[in-house]
Amino acid sequence: MPRLTAGARHRVAFTLNGKPVSLDAEPRLLATDALRQQLGATGTHVGCEHGACGACTIQIDGEPARACLTLAVQLEGRDVRTVEGLAPAADRLSVLQATFRRHHALQCGFCTAGILISLDAFLRTSPNPDEQELREVVGGHLCRCTGYTAIVAAALDAAATLRGEPASSVNRDPVHV
Amino acid sequence: MRPEAITWTGQSVERVEDAALLSGRGRFIDDLGVKPGTLHAAILRSPHAHADILSIDIAAAAAMPGVAAVVVGADLAKLTTPMLAGLKIAAENWPMAVERVRYVGEPVAIVVAMDRYLAEDALDAIEISYRTLPCVVEPLVSIAPDAPLLHEKTSGNLVSDRRFRYGDPESAFAEAAHQISVSIAYPRNTGSPMETFGVVAEYDPHEGVYDVLANFQGPFSIHAVLSRALKVPGNRLRLRMPPDSGGSFGVKQGVAPYIILMAVAARIAGRPVKWIEDRLEHLGAAVAATNRVTTLKAAVTSEGRITALDWDQVEDCGAYPRAPEPATLYRMHGNMTGAYDVRHVAIRNRVALTNKAPTGLVRGFGGPQVYYALERLMQRIAVELKLDPLAVIRANLIPGDAFPYRTASGALYDSGDYVRAIDLAAADGRLAALKRRRDEARAEGHLYGIGFAAAVEPSVSNMGYITTVLTAAERAKAGPKNGAQATATVAIDPVGSVSVHVASVPQGQGHRTVLAQVVADAFGLPWQDIRIVTELDTGRDAWSIASGNYSSRFAAAVAGTAHLAATRLRDKLARIAAGQLDVPAEQISFAGGAVFAKGVPEKTLPFGRVAALSHWSPALLPEGVDQAIRETAFWTPPELTAPTEFDEVNSSLCHGFIFDMAGVEVDPKSGKVRIDRYVTMHDCGTVLHPGMVHGQIRGGFAQALGATFYEELAYADDGAFLTGTFADYLLPTATETPDIEILHIETPSPFTPLGAKGVGEGNCMSTPVCLANAVADALGVSDITLPMTPGRVAALVAAEEPAPPANRSNRPAASTKAGDRTLRGEGQAKVAAPPEAIWTMLLDADQLAAIIPGCHGVKKLSDTHFTAEVTLGIGPVKGRYKAEIKLSDLDQPKAATLTGSVSGALGTGGGAGRITLTPGADGITTIAYTYEAAVGGKVAAIGGRLLDGAAKAIIGQFFAALARRAAPSRPGFFARLFGRRA
Amino acid sequence: MKPAAFDYVRAQHLDEALDVLKQQGGEARVIAGGQSLLPMLNMRLAKPAVLVDVMGIPGFGEIRREGDAIVVPAGVRQAKLLARLGLATEQPLLAAALPWVGHYQTRARGTVCGSTAHADPSAEIPLCLVALDGEIRLRSRKKRRSLKASEFFTGMMVTDKAEDELIEAVAFPAAVKGAGYAFREVARRHGDFAIVACAAMATADAIHVAVGAVADRPERRSYPLLEGSALDDALNAFAWELDARDDIHATARLRRDLVRSLGREVIEEALRCRA
Repeated sequence: MPRLTAGARHRVAFTLNGKPVSLDAEPRLLATDALRQQLGATGTHVGCEHGACGACTIQIDGEPARACLTLAVQLEGRDVRTVEGLAPAADRLSVLQATFRRHHALQCGFCTAGILISLDAFLRTSPNPDEQELREVVGGHLCRCTGYTAIVAAALDAAATLRGEPASSVNRDPVHV
Repeated sequence: MRPEAITWTGQSVERVEDAALLSGRGRFIDDLGVKPGTLHAAILRSPHAHADILSIDIAAAAAMPGVAAVVVGADLAKLTTPMLAGLKIAAENWPMAVERVRYVGEPVAIVVAMDRYLAEDALDAIEISYRTLPCVVEPLVSIAPDAPLLHEKTSGNLVSDRRFRYGDPESAFAEAAHQISVSIAYPRNTGSPMETFGVVAEYDPHEGVYDVLANFQGPFSIHAVLSRALKVPGNRLRLRMPPDSGGSFGVKQGVAPYIILMAVAARIAGRPVKWIEDRLEHLGAAVAATNRVTTLKAAVTSEGRITALDWDQVEDCGAYPRAPEPATLYRMHGNMTGAYDVRHVAIRNRVALTNKAPTGLVRGFGGPQVYYALERLMQRIAVELKLDPLAVIRANLIPGDAFPYRTASGALYDSGDYVRAIDLAAADGRLAALKRRRDEARAEGHLYGIGFAAAVEPSVSNMGYITTVLTAAERAKAGPKNGAQATATVAIDPVGSVSVHVASVPQGQGHRTVLAQVVADAFGLPWQDIRIVTELDTGRDAWSIASGNYSSRFAAAVAGTAHLAATRLRDKLARIAAGQLDVPAEQISFAGGAVFAKGVPEKTLPFGRVAALSHWSPALLPEGVDQAIRETAFWTPPELTAPTEFDEVNSSLCHGFIFDMAGVEVDPKSGKVRIDRYVTMHDCGTVLHPGMVHGQIRGGFAQALGATFYEELAYADDGAFLTGTFADYLLPTATETPDIEILHIETPSPFTPLGAKGVGEGNCMSTPVCLANAVADALGVSDITLPMTPGRVAALVAAEEPAPPANRSNRPAASTKAGDRTLRGEGQAKVAAPPEAIWTMLLDADQLAAIIPGCHGVKKLSDTHFTAEVTLGIGPVKGRYKAEIKLSDLDQPKAATLTGSVSGALGTGGGAGRITLTPGADGITTIAYTYEAAVGGKVAAIGGRLLDGAAKAIIGQFFAALARRAAPSRPGFFARLFGRRA
Repeated sequence: MKPAAFDYVRAQHLDEALDVLKQQGGEARVIAGGQSLLPMLNMRLAKPAVLVDVMGIPGFGEIRREGDAIVVPAGVRQAKLLARLGLATEQPLLAAALPWVGHYQTRARGTVCGSTAHADPSAEIPLCLVALDGEIRLRSRKKRRSLKASEFFTGMMVTDKAEDELIEAVAFPAAVKGAGYAFREVARRHGDFAIVACAAMATADAIHVAVGAVADRPERRSYPLLEGSALDDALNAFAWELDARDDIHATARLRRDLVRSLGREVIEEALRCRA
């Protein structure tokens, strides 16, 4: 029976954004710290370390997970995806990322990685969501800058684009009267 | 080909910041690498609101693996001096407790170790002995003469008391047809950025230089406070800000004391030290907005026209008046009359210290507190005089032709057209629709209300406004302070590409994008071609005390200054091009990447050729042009003068306008409020980027929604902090935040280079009171307390409660006094033993040891006084505590009072219980107990929701154990007895 | 906020997990989804010596039907139960209540049995177990036993589970033919701990209503088919019996009010929904 002892480091191997990686972790090492400090995947941010803010959300085997509520040793053998793995190429953005930029769906960008990761997972299984469903998904994250409207609009737009529909022409600029 | 002029400014271009942030390539402080060997700090914090530190034993912690240093207050006091504050009082303002703690969460010790995990391990091993002192958390209580004194060298907790008088308020009140007033207690809340504080500090002992990287946001007047505290000249505190910062909303001003702490820790450890604040630390001790008790009185005509206002404000700055406080109280000083033309004003401003975390900058900064009172008052005037609330607002507005308008207290409102803004907001059926929806809802029996709020949103603070807290004589002695220096540098490199640097320290607002737009327009270049750097290094870059990101100063001051720098450089380039093209400089124009003579199409040069000339061919520069390589502009508006001898102060340069109206429906069953419609009209002068303005308004609205319904940094009467996690300090999420309708008019500011004003804070000022007015209208009530939690709202509409069933004894009603969070309970146990036997057990240390859950190492100090080590907890939550137990009021063998206190890494607890033993039939004794308990420290801050139940469970465990021990032969019987009610 | 040190055992078989619990019972904690345990570890509210990860135990990840019971083993995540095909007819109460459990992101990790073991008084899954009179299947090296939910939950975050036991599975009774079910909750924000949560089941001749988040554990009452003021009286008595408390989120009075009003709503809806 594999018993990983406290205080010692143990090899953990998994797939990160499609590539095999490994690191040495004490049992208590949080996945956030493992990803950020040992693997340099600093796009996943740490906002609360008690699972409430959602900034550190990653995908484990395609499902969203709070990395701060995950031990590095629990990643053994898993398929992990972080914000660094969302874009199709280093100099391009995914559909979802591009709609976020178009809709001004981020300001400081600290919470954004987690929200993208959640929406990416959700849209894969729910390609035709309504606004309320998206609000509930985004509701698992705290964003202190945007007031969420632009995030939800971007997610709706991304879903439509991913379904092959033309991008929405929603004018989200302020109305001058 | 004639180049085409394109104006980027004013367009919602995609942000240059976004691609990196969206793809995980942001460079926030914790994303940046550190020097090898950098150590990590963790901070031990006070569990007590007020206590003397008797001793700190760091030996065990210092000996733990990986620990490099343990720093305590005495070390700090050797290497630093207390921080300077805006108030000249005898309170020593240390960033870490020296001899005494004054709020829960105050730093007491720092462990520096190989990694954060090891540092936190060592925190648990530091032993501190405290002697608790009486504490005070309410500002009105703290300024009473008999209140516990926070700082022994001061004469009281009332550390500032100033009265101001503008016009002739006494006569206006004497002549007034009506006097109408509101009394408000505005709660504590905070900006809570998603990224917490971070500091990386290093000390060079040879040069005596502290080099610090921190996600500080300014104002850089604090740099002077820091270098002074660190006992180095300003040029030996090199403060650097990372490229990205995860939100601030004012709060990251509060990283300043930690800059001192980590600088000292690095000096002591001899190696760089990094500290990333965690969320518990942040909520408990980072920066709170002030809570404020306000009474605002108006002299009013029968038509609802206000002739005078009388403000009485008591500001709670927490345990230390930390610079720039009490700025929250004075930031609005020039605009205390809001959007209204009121010439007679009296103001009394008092500043109180309490045993709570120190306050500081939070978005809105003084505005929420002021407008909550002012706009509640406007509604009360309408209600009491039976007038239409919007008509009362309109009747008092400053007329459109009055700008620039000098207020009674000295602000110079730059521009505006408040009447037109309100008319347009109400137009197109918006107001009519709101009223129709209210009428329809009410006809169906729903509780629907409409609220309005008008607010003047100040931006670009006068660095001198805070000196209004001093008397004119004190100001004269200290020397005048005024202005708001902004700076920007525009540079051209040898291939003619343009770079910009500013000291605006953004936290996500998109400064780089707007600066690219503004500077591109000056040079006629595509905005994508301009590169902007916003990270700041005080050892290298241009900056001044007003630098930083606060008081919504970017668009008005910094973008304007960048425009000035770019224009200066452009004018030089025009003279260079004029020489090359042999036309007068006035004929030169810049567009489409070209420099050309207007009207002469063939006289065109590529921009890069002209721009690079100063590098490659300085000999060709026309006479009088030294270089066109780099321009650093400083700009300060002349309108920001020092306060006058009559205490008039133009506290801010720009004054935007907001008018909000909302329709809400209250669910009387749940006490929850649904926002049906929300319309917000803004005039922020010239809009530089509509998408970002939009984002600021929506973001501000969401924070205001939190302040209105969800967020409070709550303290118990005993100073325990109760909202230390995001499960108790509730930020609105996407499911709570409605879409709002945003409207604009533009009256450009005549005082700023681009006509822009600030816009980021307005809804934090207008929205809480607009929604409170709507709820008040829905319920027909006069007093609304924020945050409007379900319990509070439901209480406003609750009918008499159905009585408990007849067979149920009427239990003592739970306390409803705000702040009284004493855990109270009672219980009963039946024990198959005579009272005498039980009595003997209670007085026997060994027996008690067996009864108290998880007890070891009982020491008997007297017959009625024991100490012990106990492990207490429920479910998986367990902690070791030192316990002290006393028995008193002994009435053998009938009754005794049991008093206990515990302290440990998870916090503190204390309480008293009265136990009575009543013999019954069959040798069964009834043990009845009542208790009052209080819990403090970490466990109170993070376990709020469960504390009462946990206390009940633990006390129940004690009596269950007592019963088991008294009659061990019948465990099944007692298990049944206690299974339910323990 | 980093956990204190602990050993970590990735159990490959149930016996391995049970051995650790037998040896280290009080010092060991079972980790499944970790959504309740990890916050407590990070805050150092809990400092177990060893964590036993049960997610790799064969058979722990699959929901199964055993007669009228929907059996959910310890490795089943909340999202998986919610996504179960036909859940809305198989057990409408679960379909109604599970969307209220945390958020999309935490349901994807958190397990049904983990929430049960945590026994937070405001949690929805314990409430459903109590409302439906479900059972908790416990296992130790020595024995297997099964408890009714009302016996299992003994207090705030306290259960009848012994230190050497783990929850092997919980069993929710499938919908009774002809019965109606309903769920309502009021929380500060969507996804928050409930201020009050109510679940009801109505059959041809009885009403069962359970309330979470008020007492130290979910409580259930059963009534004949009451109506009108008799129902009000019953719910009023229930509301007072729960000893509601004030906390920073709600007052005791509001909680009693919600027991009376939500209680009535769930009962009426459950009665309406009877097939």
